[in-house]
Amino acid sequence: MSWPILSVTIFLPLVGALFIMVMRGDDEAEKRNARWVALWTTLITFAISLILLYRFDPSSAEFQFVEKRPWLVGAITYHVGVDGISLPFLILTTALMPVCIIASWLPIQHRVKEYMIAFLVLETLMVGTFAALDLVVFYLFFEGGLIPMFLIIGVWGGPRRVYASFKFFLYTFLGSVLMLLAIMAMYWDAGTTEIPTLLRHGFPRGLQTWAWLAFLASFAVKLPMWPVHTWLPDAHVEAPTAGSVILAAILLKMGGYGFLRFSLPMFPAASHDLAPLIFALSVIAVIYTSLVALAQADMKKLIAYSSVAHMGFVTMGIFAAALFLCVGVVYDRMHTREIAAYGGLVNRMPLYAAAFMVFTLANVGLPGTTGFIGEFLTLIGTFRVNTWVATLATTGIILSAAYALWLYRKVIFGPLTKASLATIKDLDYREIVTLGPLVVLTILFGIYPKPVLDLSAASVAQLLENYDRALGAAKTAVLLAH
Amino acid sequence: MTETVEIPALLPALPEIVLAIGAMVLLMVGAFRGEQTAKGIEGAAILLLVLTGLIVVLLPAGKLVTFGGSFIVDGFARFLKLLALAGSAAAILMSSNYLALEKRETFEYSILILLSTTGMMMLISAADLIALYLGLELMSLALYVVAAIDRDSVRSTEAGLKYFVLGALSSGMLLYGASLIYGFTGTVSFAGIANAASQGGGGTASLGLVFGLVFLFAGFCFKVSAVPFHMWTPDVYEGAPTPITAFFAAAPKVAGIAMFVRTTIVAFPGILTQWQQIVVFVAIASMALGAFAAIGQKNIKRLMAYSSIGHMGFALVGLAAGTQQGVHGVLVYMAIYVAMTLGAFACILSMRRDGQMVEQIADLAGLARTKPTMAFFFAMLLFSLAGVPPLAGFFAKFYVFLAAIQAGLFTLAVIGVVTSVVGAYYYLAIVKTMYFDEPAKPFEPMPYELKAVLAVTGLFNLLFFVYPSPLIEAANAAAKSLF
Repeated sequence: MSWPILSVTIFLPLVGALFIMVMRGDDEAEKRNARWVALWTTLITFAISLILLYRFDPSSAEFQFVEKRPWLVGAITYHVGVDGISLPFLILTTALMPVCIIASWLPIQHRVKEYMIAFLVLETLMVGTFAALDLVVFYLFFEGGLIPMFLIIGVWGGPRRVYASFKFFLYTFLGSVLMLLAIMAMYWDAGTTEIPTLLRHGFPRGLQTWAWLAFLASFAVKLPMWPVHTWLPDAHVEAPTAGSVILAAILLKMGGYGFLRFSLPMFPAASHDLAPLIFALSVIAVIYTSLVALAQADMKKLIAYSSVAHMGFVTMGIFAAALFLCVGVVYDRMHTREIAAYGGLVNRMPLYAAAFMVFTLANVGLPGTTGFIGEFLTLIGTFRVNTWVATLATTGIILSAAYALWLYRKVIFGPLTKASLATIKDLDYREIVTLGPLVVLTILFGIYPKPVLDLSAASVAQLLENYDRALGAAKTAVLLAH
Repeated sequence: MTETVEIPALLPALPEIVLAIGAMVLLMVGAFRGEQTAKGIEGAAILLLVLTGLIVVLLPAGKLVTFGGSFIVDGFARFLKLLALAGSAAAILMSSNYLALEKRETFEYSILILLSTTGMMMLISAADLIALYLGLELMSLALYVVAAIDRDSVRSTEAGLKYFVLGALSSGMLLYGASLIYGFTGTVSFAGIANAASQGGGGTASLGLVFGLVFLFAGFCFKVSAVPFHMWTPDVYEGAPTPITAFFAAAPKVAGIAMFVRTTIVAFPGILTQWQQIVVFVAIASMALGAFAAIGQKNIKRLMAYSSIGHMGFALVGLAAGTQQGVHGVLVYMAIYVAMTLGAFACILSMRRDGQMVEQIADLAGLARTKPTMAFFFAMLLFSLAGVPPLAGFFAKFYVFLAAIQAGLFTLAVIGVVTSVVGAYYYLAIVKTMYFDEPAKPFEPMPYELKAVLAVTGLFNLLFFVYPSPLIEAANAAAKSLF
């Protein structure tokens, strides 16, 4: 490898942000330039990440494109690389960023420059989180994302933005500092914070349990899991559309990624022992939040609760992101998210109604959409381990069908009686550009999920193998001790 | 009988000697030439501090001891002396514009800071209780006067008086503790105390020694404004003229922490279990009070006072570990703390509207729109004070907690990080005022020396993560010299 392609992918958005920062000009020119620079930066970053995908060898479970440089004194280095588990998350991030920039093109009219800078910085931090192969580097990127997200919600958000941004920041901060302590304890036990080494390091039983709980504190808040999910509806509702998209599609996935990357392989014994806790929390999440979603009068809140419910399934983030974009489309026109303010949109917005339907069905988990693949695979996995959990979780799917279809009927169908909606326009080309690819992907991966599954197959297989072996070793140790 | 008096080697104390003589020369110049020399003396004082820093760097390497073992120059002393000098120099630089605008230019101001800095340097190098007390009093007496320098202002005079009375009380306690320790060990030198203390065997110390230790700690806690001896801090911070507050928040804290660390680590390694619980308690109490009491503050100087109480608590977490790793953490913490504090005060000092200083947090409303660069740097400094990565403040906390975890102080570490989350709230509240609220009337343009301080500290804070190893390695070498 002649050039550090992964580092370029991570830091290119930051360079774009710096570029926007030093740009000067009159107000209008500044706005226009900031938008275009941000769009091109995210597009080029996406293109580079596609090169990454092209050169990636899916048959290997090893970390690829690895870079390592001395950084902090001691055994903490700047160490990045991707494998089949992190690469899909990384591509998802780089792919959604241009969509977010386009989605904010017109709705964001004040302080455009700062907005674009915040988004580009956020992209660097998110890509870095998924590429980090050192726990301290991971933590740096993971936590650093709080600052731009705090500003995005607080400056460009809705009426209760201040409350929402504080809640978002403090909740996630509290979760992660506990994880930081666990990282430190792991450092002293293993003498390093390199993830590849730690994956093979057998931690003592006691440390495993405590570290697992500390990681849970962080990831559960981020995911978010019941009962620490309460920051999410607030943050989602108040964030600007693109902010909600990033939250739903990427920031929340960091929690799931963290479980797969750290909790499961590094603390296998603890994961095994504490699995019932996760199951219980997930089942409560699926059912409870679905019921809460049923009672919402605010479209965004409903979808926010639905994404909490779906975290129980850890599905991919495409359609959740798309649903927030759909809400954004009508919000930009009507400036309200009250479900009751809408109805009969199909009469004036046929394209919109079609796109919304695809995502709603994916949300429901209809076969032929990505939502189905995600829910199906997760439920199969769960069923093998615990029938009861799978059964209860399936009830959640039925409930999700109830509220998603109810929302769809209220907003899209029925007679167009509201005077304020009489002149509403269908999707413009910019909105088609953002929603179109997502419709295609939702259906494509629903029918033919093989590319995504293949990409991570080798890494997942190795993860499970290591997990089983570590568990086996732990059990033998217990038997020997008796 | 003839006694030969040997002149002790003066080379190790050369920086202090240069600084003290320089300060006296400047005093003479000021006294004979009058008030119009104030500007010139300011410049000369900064030059003198830089020169002293150079001498500290150029002193022969290794451990230098003089004055019969009561004055020591090691890596630890070098590191902290440079830090204290930088803090003092920045404080003089930052006050120049303020004093000119408030028509308070007095040449004694710079000279008092120089004398106080001389005291700090002696304190940092002190290796026995007598030298420690001398350094401490030289530093403190100059600080009392400087707090009350705005003698026509009731607030400033009150601050100076309060500081003096409480400071005298704490000095008394410290002396009482020192005398108890001398009584029970028969020596004032740190090395001798360590020997005597460990002779008790098995880590148990005589009751008298522990009693002395507690009184000694009371004095230390007062100087670093740690709970429960923090009460003076908010009033003095609020009452003193703002540049003085900036000075108080940086350099004297460095010296205070230096004496705290050197005394505990060098003189009492044998009775670690005894003092560790005191330090753990002080650290927890300071962090918690700093976090909770700051929430309700409206005045930004008062808020910074509580914030500094909290930060001293975090620094003491490293000391509580009692290991080399812990001292390393404390050193990194202090270096980054000084940079963050000076940067924050550079912003606070530029809060000037209609020819007056304003001090309310609400006055910062909408700063992101009226002065975007200043708001950006200030916000980053506040995030850094809260300990959010990838800013410098995160690394400060990282190293102290790393040490605490290594030493097995899990409860302390968990309480520490939780209070850091609580503390994040009030820093965020300031960011919120600057970024989310509607703009108030803009401040006057920032004077260039404040811009310089803000740029240096702000960039250090932002870019520390790119190349952290020089500071980390220097602190590591400095910590090693204590063990």
